[in-house]
Amino acid sequence: MSATARDLVPPESRAPSGAPAKRVRSGKVRRLSRRDKVVLSLMVGLPTLIQLVFIWLPTVMSVGLSFTRWNGLALTDIRPAGADNYQYISQDYPPFWPAIQHNMLWLAFLALVATPLGLLLAVLLDQQIRGSRIYQSIFFTPVMLSLALIGIIWQLFYQRDNGLLNFLLGTSGTPQAVDWFGDSSVNIWAAMIAATWRHAGYVMLLYLAGLKGVDPSLKEAAAIDGANAVQTFFRVVFPAMRPINIVIVVITIIESLRAFDVVYVINRGTNGLELLSALVIQNLVGEGQVIGVGSALAVVLLVISLVPIVFYLSRTFGKENRS
Amino acid sequence: MSAAASPSTATSRPATRSGSRPKRHYGTHIFLTAMAVMWLIPLIWAVFTALRPIASTNEHGYFSLAGDFNLDNFIQAWSQGGFAKYLWNSVIICVPAVLLVLFFASMMAFAVSRVSWKFNITLLIMFTAGNLLPPQVLAAPLFEMAKHLQVPYSFSDSGNMLNTYIIVIAVNMAFQMGFCTFVLSNYMKALSADLTEAALVDGAGIWRQYREIIMPLCRPAFAALATLEVIFIYNDFFWPLLFIQSGDRLPVTTAINNLQGEFLNNYNLLAAGAVITVIPTLIVYLLLQRQFVAGLTLGSSKG
Repeated sequence: MSATARDLVPPESRAPSGAPAKRVRSGKVRRLSRRDKVVLSLMVGLPTLIQLVFIWLPTVMSVGLSFTRWNGLALTDIRPAGADNYQYISQDYPPFWPAIQHNMLWLAFLALVATPLGLLLAVLLDQQIRGSRIYQSIFFTPVMLSLALIGIIWQLFYQRDNGLLNFLLGTSGTPQAVDWFGDSSVNIWAAMIAATWRHAGYVMLLYLAGLKGVDPSLKEAAAIDGANAVQTFFRVVFPAMRPINIVIVVITIIESLRAFDVVYVINRGTNGLELLSALVIQNLVGEGQVIGVGSALAVVLLVISLVPIVFYLSRTFGKENRS
Repeated sequence: MSAAASPSTATSRPATRSGSRPKRHYGTHIFLTAMAVMWLIPLIWAVFTALRPIASTNEHGYFSLAGDFNLDNFIQAWSQGGFAKYLWNSVIICVPAVLLVLFFASMMAFAVSRVSWKFNITLLIMFTAGNLLPPQVLAAPLFEMAKHLQVPYSFSDSGNMLNTYIIVIAVNMAFQMGFCTFVLSNYMKALSADLTEAALVDGAGIWRQYREIIMPLCRPAFAALATLEVIFIYNDFFWPLLFIQSGDRLPVTTAINNLQGEFLNNYNLLAAGAVITVIPTLIVYLLLQRQFVAGLTLGSSKG
């Protein structure tokens, strides 16, 4: 894994230069010919249209549908329902609150276990140790796999009778054997461990890139001031990686909201594995096809996701707007 | 984008820090080896199970080295499980989706990064935010849109856009476009403004600036993004699940979920299916490792 992000930064920008020099000069638009304007509007118009039709229109429609009652058949059957769907999911829909709890648990687990583990692996591998590349490749392998496939692979590992885990624990074939994905008291933990398998590798990769970017003289200065390795890391190196930390925070939150594939593969998000995203789908494709309820759940998911999204966008684009 | 500017992963750095106390590394190695073993166990277990015929596991149990090891499960999964077809379905979805994403994203990125006008940032924010939404938020309206869009039966045997590859390709493309636009626009912004200024003086139009000056310079970014997008779209489970109802049209990542039911109690076959599904990603990774890792760090904005 000697691949470098540096390769991908165009040569002109590698030199430590003042940012303003690179900004595209304004006033250029005035010099565009009529033909250029047509070309340009197509270049902007087509992708924007695609984005509006397939992303933003459905988002707005989700909000709209959440205030209706509809079985998904004829468009003329759509009836206004006010806030009924929201009242229903919060008061009469049993899986709703467990799903909120599971989503929060998922976030907490990724934030407190998976992400720190990835950071720890990155810090250890960033030292000059032998075999660093092999370790990196191993930890990185699950990042390439789909979460659906991860569900299958861990299913083989977690099964009650023929799974490796129960064999290693010595309970295989006995009444004490746990069905790790089937037992509703443990399956959320089993699923989160499977998700960690992937998430930690991803975090490791990003932090390895981040650690290389920290100016070594910072560490030396801290060492001269008498800081030990732990102090140096937490007081100097970690704060210096602030941009990456923000990215990781956002990724962790968003991944926990998007967790869907793995629980869907296990049992479609039921029996202890309720998650908001899975409930949305259950209401769309199930027998009832209660589009309004599904959309209300989707809106709850949307509102929660907007928090990290807005946070991230204001961090990323706020700077550009100011300059 | 700050991640992109930070140079390089891993071991390529010269040994500036080799002077650090080597004795501490024993503990590190023990910890890392233990973690690496834990990391590999599920994978090795899947491969091990896949290599054993069901007959020998029935005879000796799953936790045994006795009996035959062969590729029968793979052959059976390939021919009877329909993996040849599923992998082909994945190709049908992946290739056009990746090409279209890069085509549209590069145009959009060019427009917002090389020409300055009023809505640059607004559009870029809209594109980036779209990529960060959970797909389930859009699921209901997209499903209903596809269902209620009438098309001739000669075009789709369902009479609407459900069960077609086109809708899966289109939605995948739209969903990934924000990310690619964001990465490419950052890349293009970093290219010197003089490049296109000079071309402008020579009378080159916008299209020529895009096609002949900017695009060739973006080749490394395209290589990284293409690799990344192939894997993202190949690994996509959700959109085919939503739109495609006939099992034989599913791409492999979604199809494997159905096999879980079909191969009930034949975990050997299921394991073989899982291993087959991993192989294409593994090939892409081994051949294009640099691009893949570079793409991930370059796009560490990715949600």
